[in-house]
Amino acid sequence: MIKLLPRYIMSFILLVFLQVFILNNIQFSGYINPYIYVLFILVLPFETPKWLLLVIALILGLTVDLFSNTPGMHSSATVFMAFLRPYVLKIISPRDGYESETLPQLKHYGSAWFIRYSAILIFTHHLFLFYIEVFRFSEFFATFLRVILSSVFTIILVLISQYFYRKDIRR
Amino acid sequence: MRSLLNFLLRIHFLLLFILIEIFSITLLINNNNFHKARFVNYTKQIAGNLYTRTASLKQYLSLAEENQRLTKENNRLLNIIESTYKSDEIFFRTVKDTIFNQRYQYTPARIINNSVNKKHNFITLNKGSQQGLKPEMAVVSEGSVVGVVKGVSKNYATVISLLNLDLRISSKIKKNGYFGSLMWEGKGYQTAILNEIPLNADIQIGDTIITSGFSSIYPEGILIGFIEDFTEKGGSFYEIKVKLSTDFKRLDNVNVIGNLLQTEKIELEKQAEGND
Repeated sequence: MIKLLPRYIMSFILLVFLQVFILNNIQFSGYINPYIYVLFILVLPFETPKWLLLVIALILGLTVDLFSNTPGMHSSATVFMAFLRPYVLKIISPRDGYESETLPQLKHYGSAWFIRYSAILIFTHHLFLFYIEVFRFSEFFATFLRVILSSVFTIILVLISQYFYRKDIRR
Repeated sequence: MRSLLNFLLRIHFLLLFILIEIFSITLLINNNNFHKARFVNYTKQIAGNLYTRTASLKQYLSLAEENQRLTKENNRLLNIIESTYKSDEIFFRTVKDTIFNQRYQYTPARIINNSVNKKHNFITLNKGSQQGLKPEMAVVSEGSVVGVVKGVSKNYATVISLLNLDLRISSKIKKNGYFGSLMWEGKGYQTAILNEIPLNADIQIGDTIITSGFSSIYPEGILIGFIEDFTEKGGSFYEIKVKLSTDFKRLDNVNVIGNLLQTEKIELEKQAEGND
C-alpha cells in the first residue's frame, strides 16, 4: 500500500498540470471541455478508507479550482463523485468480488467493466460540474449537450491513459 | 449516548460528504460575487507565478504574428499624427491640460492566462498593485473592450472578462446615443446581447456599439462591437445581438485604464442619492 504513495503523488501532479495548462485551453466547437483530472479518483485502490476518499477529492478539486479561478466548483463536483464511488463499485462488482492485490484499472478487470465504471462516475461528475457552473436551469438542454459531449471526450481520454500505465504494477 | 455515537460512526461517510459539500458550495457562492475577491488574491500569487512561465513560452511561439499586429497598430497611430499636423483645424483644437486635467490613465499589461470556454471567464494580467492597478479599472485591447479588473495582488491582477455572465457594461449606439446594458449570454465567444434599447430607436445591422461612459469604469466611446441581428422583446425593447470586435481567443497585449476622477464621481452620486 505504502509503496504506491510516490506513484500517486506523481500522477496527482501530472494530472493537475495536464488539466490546467493544456486541457483547460482546449475548446472544441464551444461544447467540449474534457476534465481528465478525475482519473485520479477513479484509480485509487479499492481499500482506500471512505473518509480519505472525500478528503483527497476535496484537495484535488481545490487544486484545480485554484488554477481556474472557480473556488468551490471543481471541488464540489469531485467530492460528489468520490462520494458515489463506493456505491458504484458495489453495484458493478464482478461475480466473485474484487481481488485484494488489484487496482480498479482496465488491465485487471477488462475493458467492459472499466468503461462501465468510468462512464458512470465521469458522467455524474460532469453533470454536477456543468450545472453548478451555469447555476440555473433555464438553458437545460444546451447544458445537457455539453455534459454528454464532454463526458464522452473525457472517457476516451481516460481509456487512452490506461494504456500508459507501466506493466509491472502488481506489487 | 453510546447508541448515538454508534449511529454517528455508521453514517460518518454521509456526514463528512455533506459537510465538505456545504463548504465547497459556500466557497463558490461567496466568490461568485463581483467584489469578494480575497481568496483569488491569495492564490493568484502562486498561480500567477506558474502562469507567467507558461505564458512566456506561448508568447515566444506567437512572436511573428504579434509583431505584425504591432506594426499595423503603429501604422495606424502614425497616420493619425500625420493627419492632425496637416489639418487646417490645428489652431482650433481644444488643448488638453495633461497635468491638472488628466482623467484617464493608461497602463500597458500582458495577459498570462485567459479562457473563453467557461460561463464565468477570467483573465490574469502580469501587473498588480505595485504597478498601480486597482480593482474596478477597465481593460481594453487595441481600443476595444476586454473586461474589468476584479482583484489585484502585488504583481498580478485578475480581470473579469466580458465573456462572464456576471459582467454588465453600460453601452450605447454610436449614431443616435440610445443607451442600454450589454451582457454576455454564454453562447460563443464572439457575440453578446444589448438590452434596454427602446423600439423607437432607429437601428440597422452593422451599427457601431460603444461604451456610454456612465459607469465611471469605462471612458466614453470605446468600441464594443457591431450589431449583427436584432429582435423585439417584451413589446417595448429591442434585444440586439452584438458581434464583439475583440477577438478573445488571441488577446495578448492590453491596456488598463484607470479613471482618476472615479472616486469623486461616485461620492457626488452618493451625495445626490442621500439627499433624496
